[in-house]
Amino acid sequence: MTSPKRVGKIEFGLLSPKDIRKMSVRKIIWADTYDDDGFPYPQGLMDLHLGVIDPGLRCKTCGNKASECPGHFGHIELAKPVIHVGYTRLIRKLLRVTCRNCGRLLLSTDEISKVLGPEDERNDDTISEKDIKKERVCPFCGEQQLKINFEKPTTFSEVMLDENGKKNEQKLTPADIRARLEKIPDEDLRLLGINPAVARPEWTCLTVLPVPPVTMRPSIILENGQRSEDDLTHKLVDIIRINQRFKENQDAGAPQLIIEDLWELLQYHVTTYMDNEVAGCPPARHRSGRPLKTISQRLKGKDGRFRGSLSGKRVNFSSRTVISPDPNISIAQVGVPLAIANEMSFPIRVTPFNIDEVRAMVLTGPNRPTLNSPCGANYAIRPDGRRVRLTDQTKENIAEMLEPGWTVDRQLRNNDVVLFNRQPSLHRMSIMAHHIVIMNGRTFRLNPAVCTPYNADFDGDEMNLHVPQTEEARAEAELLASVTENILSPRFGGPVIGAIHDHISGIFLLTHEKRWFNKSAVLYLLMNSLPEHLPKPDKVENGVEYWTNKQIFSMILPDDLNMVYRSSSCLNCAKCKHEKCAEIPNADNNNSIQDAYVKIVDGNLVCGTIDKKSIGAMAGVILQRIIRTHGLERGRQFVDDVTKLAIRGIMYDGYSFGIDDEDLTKNEYGMISEALDKAEDDVERLIRSYEAGTLEPLPGRTLEETLEMNTMQVLGKARDSTGKIAGGHLGLSNSAVVMAVSGARGSMLNLTQVAGCVGQQAVRGARINRGYEGRTLPHFKKGDKGATAHGFVRNSYKSGLTPTEFFFHAIGGREGLVDTAVRTSQSGYLQRRMINALQDLKVGYDGTVRTSGGRIIQFKYGEDSTDPAKGCAGDPVDVKGIVESILKEEVRK
Amino acid sequence: MGTGFSVIKHVMVPDHQIMTAEEIEELLAAFKITRDQLPNIYHDDPAVKEIGAKINDVIRIVRNSKTAGKAEAYRIVVKRPKK
Repeated sequence: MTSPKRVGKIEFGLLSPKDIRKMSVRKIIWADTYDDDGFPYPQGLMDLHLGVIDPGLRCKTCGNKASECPGHFGHIELAKPVIHVGYTRLIRKLLRVTCRNCGRLLLSTDEISKVLGPEDERNDDTISEKDIKKERVCPFCGEQQLKINFEKPTTFSEVMLDENGKKNEQKLTPADIRARLEKIPDEDLRLLGINPAVARPEWTCLTVLPVPPVTMRPSIILENGQRSEDDLTHKLVDIIRINQRFKENQDAGAPQLIIEDLWELLQYHVTTYMDNEVAGCPPARHRSGRPLKTISQRLKGKDGRFRGSLSGKRVNFSSRTVISPDPNISIAQVGVPLAIANEMSFPIRVTPFNIDEVRAMVLTGPNRPTLNSPCGANYAIRPDGRRVRLTDQTKENIAEMLEPGWTVDRQLRNNDVVLFNRQPSLHRMSIMAHHIVIMNGRTFRLNPAVCTPYNADFDGDEMNLHVPQTEEARAEAELLASVTENILSPRFGGPVIGAIHDHISGIFLLTHEKRWFNKSAVLYLLMNSLPEHLPKPDKVENGVEYWTNKQIFSMILPDDLNMVYRSSSCLNCAKCKHEKCAEIPNADNNNSIQDAYVKIVDGNLVCGTIDKKSIGAMAGVILQRIIRTHGLERGRQFVDDVTKLAIRGIMYDGYSFGIDDEDLTKNEYGMISEALDKAEDDVERLIRSYEAGTLEPLPGRTLEETLEMNTMQVLGKARDSTGKIAGGHLGLSNSAVVMAVSGARGSMLNLTQVAGCVGQQAVRGARINRGYEGRTLPHFKKGDKGATAHGFVRNSYKSGLTPTEFFFHAIGGREGLVDTAVRTSQSGYLQRRMINALQDLKVGYDGTVRTSGGRIIQFKYGEDSTDPAKGCAGDPVDVKGIVESILKEEVRK
Repeated sequence: MGTGFSVIKHVMVPDHQIMTAEEIEELLAAFKITRDQLPNIYHDDPAVKEIGAKINDVIRIVRNSKTAGKAEAYRIVVKRPKK
């Protein structure tokens, strides 16, 4: 391999007319491309000297065929100079800072020293437009300077004052501008930050235009045999035509007016040839009306040459399909369709030790018969590097020829390591290594517990899969990127992977309060993670052994786990009942048993309910403790076990949810209606006291603001009270309540809105006040300040909204949608900028964070050199956890 | 200015010290870096002006850190570029 070379420097400059003529192989004078026989015109835009694109022809410059000829530049001699649009800013600056007569910088030597410092102390600072006062007198020749006006895209003019003090604009032609730029001395250019050796300013006014090689603008032949030219060729045709006409008119001595028109037209064509999206310039269009894609459009933006073709590349050994859930595989696995596994491969070298195995693969060929049969192979690579495709016809022959030194592209088989990815890849857990399981069907299967890090769901999401192609790459993927390694997030030092939705409902239902199961039920529940032996039964009745639900859960815990904490369903009572929480009904909450005090001693769940806080994704304290004490692999095992147990748990009892689950009795509906009536009355009373002038304003608020705040508060309270009424009726026997209490999905507020009252709709935190003059909708009286007139929805989703309520609800809902749309685009751009700024930073072995150039960013990573993923929610050491596991009782921080 | 106000005395402003030539030597050797690989601080930074550091001086900044208790950083004084 050649040794890597270091880039010493990069120099940016302008192409001089001399350079352009030097690199040109042909002067182009004809606007036509091909003659009637389909042969390129000599000195036309498709001249054979510029390179060839048709197979069979040879380039007249280098003599190569289409595949070898890189293409060569030509040139067009412009009748008169035109301005290069890309440099209008520079031209404007130079015209404004130099003398219109002698061309020197409008600053005396002393003034220069004042701006840049004494001559021997100067750094890279340059003179800017601001350093020169407008319309002054040249310090060298005494010429009065004029104001330079610039009009987009390419018009420059001088403003003159006549005797009457009237302003008079005089247009500067590109030729005038070029003449002025030519006069600027080299030394003055250096002070302006321009290196005159590579970029004389007059080169920004083009006198000769390079014609790019045909390889850069190939014409394509349509189905009907017609040629279709590239956009750039179209544009060049325009330029040559106008240039030709310009020349003819000039030679014929046409009137100044016509010359000026043609000059402007030529300028327009050259401008749009370079950039077809300049402000103040109508874009040049194709016959069909589509704007032409010219040079700048090829380079710019997301799909441009830089971001689209150079930094972004297509990759081999990758596949993409829809994802669907499979709770029966491990979180570290991914289900891959057989069709994909047959197509993708991994190269293995043939050695004396594996030749029999590889030969069997070659004999199987490209189509493995069934899911479970050993994998086949798609290609064999001979020692000389030739690739031979394996087909059912060739496989026997090749198998016979096989010997050490060959390489065979083996198909994927179970347990291969692959990288799995879902866009947008916002954090490192967006690409993780999984082990594959080959499956029937056409979708990738993934365990629902890894949805969280990928932010995936199954409403049609697609994901990508990549196969590492060397043993080193596989090892690296496995060691650094595997799901097991990524359970803990460096974002908050806790697990990102964990139980979601039904897992949490399931484990909650299974572990809540105390229940007993007979042996067959216990074995059913633990079917996927059978322990070696069952513990001693909790009780024996009539000779039948019974185990508690807590014992069942304990069977998937490590034996030496000790922890005490409060679960998500904890109500934070003023005085905690500790262990008694599982026995004494809670008076504040329907006299239900809370069982929120979780105590695990020596791997046995003594009391408490397991829910989101224990095993949920982004929470999971049990999971986190297991990983800290028993390592990531045991943690992965626990996630697999607990999700499977939870699903068995939810299936054992059955679980459903329907609209009639939210039915209340007449009694509750009466109470809700009463509460709302009272609230509306209260609002009426507030309005009356406001109108009577007896309303006392809150400190720092106007009377109107006070009224608004008080109404919002009254109505908010009213909605909450309907929620209490509904929640009081619906206990833990209700599915939605189980979901809300366990943290699986939804909240008591959602339940309130379904069963009780939707409540006040708001736009920007205030009641809805927009619409017609003095009212929101014509259904209300002008000046009505009442609850219903400003977006209070008194109905519930179940009882149904009135038309006005529905409208207000749509207003409030739209605000949320707009917010998310705005937020995602903004955070996406922020993310892009941040990644671009941080992408090459690296933590060195000495703990410093450095750029690729060795510049130090941080002297110690994070100031303490700790990996946040290896810490515990931000703390490097989990002191509380260590004390807890020794004392085996609750430790308060 | 007469008010006697000094940014250095403000609680939020960490301790800035000018390092001696030997200290700088040690620092550069410890991290195996050259001066231009150090982070910069402008010559007209209020704290730099206050302690009277000149261009090319190296400043040690000792700040309280949430993660590490005390954290040290080093910056070289450079002239603020124009604009």
